[in-house]
Amino acid sequence: MNTAGRIAGERAGVAVRESLAGRRNRSVAAGVFLGYLLLSTVVGLVALAVLLATILHDGLPYVDAMLFTNSPSADPERAGARPAIIASILVAVVLIATALPIAVGTAVYLEEFAPKGNRLIDLIELNIQNLAAVPSIIFGILGLAFLVRGIDLGPVLLAGALILGLQMLPTVIIASREALRAVPDSVRQGGMALGATRWQVVWREVLPAAIPGIATGSILGMSRAIGETAPLLMVGAATFVSFNPGLLTQYTVLPILIFQWIKLPQEMFQGLAAAAIIVLLVILVAMNGFAIWMRNRYERKW
Amino acid sequence: MAITSSTTNGGGRPQLAATSRRLGERAIIGALALAAVISVLVTVGIVVALLIPSVEFFSEIPFAEFFGTSEWAPLFEPPAFGVPPLIVGTLSTTFWACLVALPLGLGTAIYLSEYARPRVRSTVKPVLEVLAGIPTVVLGYFALTVLTPFLRALGWQVEIFNAFSAGVIIGILLLPTVTSLSEDAMTAVPSSLREGSFGLGANRFQVSTRVVVPAAISGIIASFVLAISRAIGETTIVLLAAGQLARVSFWPGESVMTMTAFIAGTGSGDVPTGSIEYKTIFAVGLTLFVLTFILNIISIRMVRRFREIYE
Amino acid sequence: MDPTSETPPAAPSSPVATGGGLATLSVEDRPAADALPLDQREVVFDCEGVGVRYDGKRALRDVDLRIHANAVTALIGPSGCGKSTFIRCLNRMNDLIPGASVDGAVAYHGENLYHPQVDPIEVRKRIGMVFQKPNPFPKSIYDNVAFGPRVLGMKDQLDDRVEQALRRAVLWDEVKDRLKEGALGLSGGQQQRLCIARALAVEPDVILMDEPCSALDPISTSAIEDLMLSLTNEYTVVIVTHNMQQAARVADMTAFFSVDQGETGARCGVLVEVDRTDKIFTNPAHERTEAYVTGRFG
Repeated sequence: MNTAGRIAGERAGVAVRESLAGRRNRSVAAGVFLGYLLLSTVVGLVALAVLLATILHDGLPYVDAMLFTNSPSADPERAGARPAIIASILVAVVLIATALPIAVGTAVYLEEFAPKGNRLIDLIELNIQNLAAVPSIIFGILGLAFLVRGIDLGPVLLAGALILGLQMLPTVIIASREALRAVPDSVRQGGMALGATRWQVVWREVLPAAIPGIATGSILGMSRAIGETAPLLMVGAATFVSFNPGLLTQYTVLPILIFQWIKLPQEMFQGLAAAAIIVLLVILVAMNGFAIWMRNRYERKW
Repeated sequence: MAITSSTTNGGGRPQLAATSRRLGERAIIGALALAAVISVLVTVGIVVALLIPSVEFFSEIPFAEFFGTSEWAPLFEPPAFGVPPLIVGTLSTTFWACLVALPLGLGTAIYLSEYARPRVRSTVKPVLEVLAGIPTVVLGYFALTVLTPFLRALGWQVEIFNAFSAGVIIGILLLPTVTSLSEDAMTAVPSSLREGSFGLGANRFQVSTRVVVPAAISGIIASFVLAISRAIGETTIVLLAAGQLARVSFWPGESVMTMTAFIAGTGSGDVPTGSIEYKTIFAVGLTLFVLTFILNIISIRMVRRFREIYE
Repeated sequence: MDPTSETPPAAPSSPVATGGGLATLSVEDRPAADALPLDQREVVFDCEGVGVRYDGKRALRDVDLRIHANAVTALIGPSGCGKSTFIRCLNRMNDLIPGASVDGAVAYHGENLYHPQVDPIEVRKRIGMVFQKPNPFPKSIYDNVAFGPRVLGMKDQLDDRVEQALRRAVLWDEVKDRLKEGALGLSGGQQQRLCIARALAVEPDVILMDEPCSALDPISTSAIEDLMLSLTNEYTVVIVTHNMQQAARVADMTAFFSVDQGETGARCGVLVEVDRTDKIFTNPAHERTEAYVTGRFG
């Protein structure tokens, strides 16, 4: 047993001796403690329930065809979210085409090919862990400095999507590495013992076996990016975009549109914001539901 | 296969030498390594992006003014560049967030790890994780349109934008972060430790508080530190619910401006590139980055230490 | 190329003994698959002073051992004696363990396996390996056997290759109607024979088996032992086993490894002796071997 364990064990012994001295006090304390635990657990659940109930209550009356067909407008009677929905889908496509392969490639390299115990590799791993916790607004600054102003891309959809992609990297890398690590070494050894190269084993056996986990992590990472607001404020997502956006045009995405609607004074926009939130949540629930379904369907217990 | 002839192999190139140099494969592995380098380039990019304008900023505005004066009005005439109001604003929302997330997250984690039956656990856990997946703009809406009016209905005359509402909702956002990391740490505590204590006659309360929590403490602290770092960096919720008024105020009912709110608010505007206002974004960004970086490294170190003990 | 052509010319194959009995079958008793006396057959592996270190710590030292063609050589000994470590030197699987280093010389058909120009991939094509725990790939039975030929570019007549390999591994009749089904649905014994078929499909010269029956029940074990005996017609077989009866039943040659406690207290595997199996079990040259095979130690 390790030191921490031994200390903890000794503490338990002390606890028992104390409890024999005053069993009654203990049981009161134990009851209070359990009450605290239950309260803690309930707070989170209640908060979620109230949140969803509020959104549905506020937003459902405003979910109509106009929301999907019309453009944002200063007139709440005619305002819709079509360009934002299209832009959010475009962003997802850019993420799949750029950040996803980079993240999975990084995971494969670090798990399967990188020399173990190498200083540089350690640094890369530390770097990824830190990036996962860098505030999203900092990624916005990166985009502002390099993409929007640095290479003068301007406030276009591609700039926003690329920044979301960079922000998504650590999440997908970490999830993909876990999926690769879950494939037992005996599979690699079996393949190598047949005279296959490491890459052949990775490509034909390890990656296919890890695909469900990688896909789950990728979808979770993407759904987070789709719901992100802050960094896009920095790279110039606009509000009133009345045309269908392209990669190199101005754009707004659902979270940005919601953000702007919330800030408008007319009360009707609050309802529209809630309606757009419902659309956003449905998209995210669908993505996550698919990820969970896929994990349950294909996950293998070794 | 030409095994049989190999007995006569005398000198020269060994029979077992590679038949191909496998250039394609090397290229693939090179590309994978390149992908791994990109994540490092992102960090380098962030540091460069922050540092260069910050250096220029501090050549115009002395450190002493930035950190030592308490008025923040970079966009006004005459401008004032004292960052303490932003730091106080950030600390204020972070404080309320932690007051919610840390004790409740830990309590939930202990409940799930030590008390809950497997069925309860497997239901509650994913539901709580849904909270972590709710976009922050949605939580900001909730803080502004539900929590703040609710506080007013209770008779507490908070401002429309106030640090308390934003902080509490950030705390709700961070609940799952604290819960899941702390619970992982507690689950990793070997069950032999628990059984040993139960064997001595300890009850579940004693085992939880005197055995499991102390044994998992570095993992729990890591989750706390990470939550603090996230609270400091949270942007959307504070923009929507805490307002944009830079002042030194710890009073929870008042509007404050956090570092993140300033960056987002100014960055989304039209400040001209190269102006002192533009550089302010980066000076504040650097302050924020350094602060969260230190916290992240502490958290990562503590998780690693914890893993070394038990794995 | 048909692997049978690799057997030495004077090798009229005849039915092999069915294993599974507990009695020691000496090489003479057994209807030999090969007429030549053991020590005159071709030397497949000639090991001189082979040792292994893990992170600088010595795990095995000074192994001098010859392994002959078309025979089963068993490596026995107590746990920690380095027998598994040694067998992994023979196809350079130790290369895959970070921090492992091999010294001494392993000559394979006269070629140094550890020559800098030697490609471990080429080595493993010729020297197949079967592991302690059956490790089929998580795909169909057919795809498991076809994996080797596919990656090595032996794609012509793939169906025939797969069938041949499964027949040789005595698995064909059990799986021929469900080749497309998942390999993980097979029983442990069938999985292990599938792994053997998978190794045979790339037409190797040598099959290394690292405690292939340790995870199996007695009936599956007996099936694998029969298979090993039949394989010596075409292949050289090296097997690590912790089961002395198994060595006695299947092996022509047996090498006994043991653990030496060094002066510093570090434990290190050594080869004590190698000889014909009947000699090792009835009249070993070393006291330590006798103590082990009679069960007084180990």
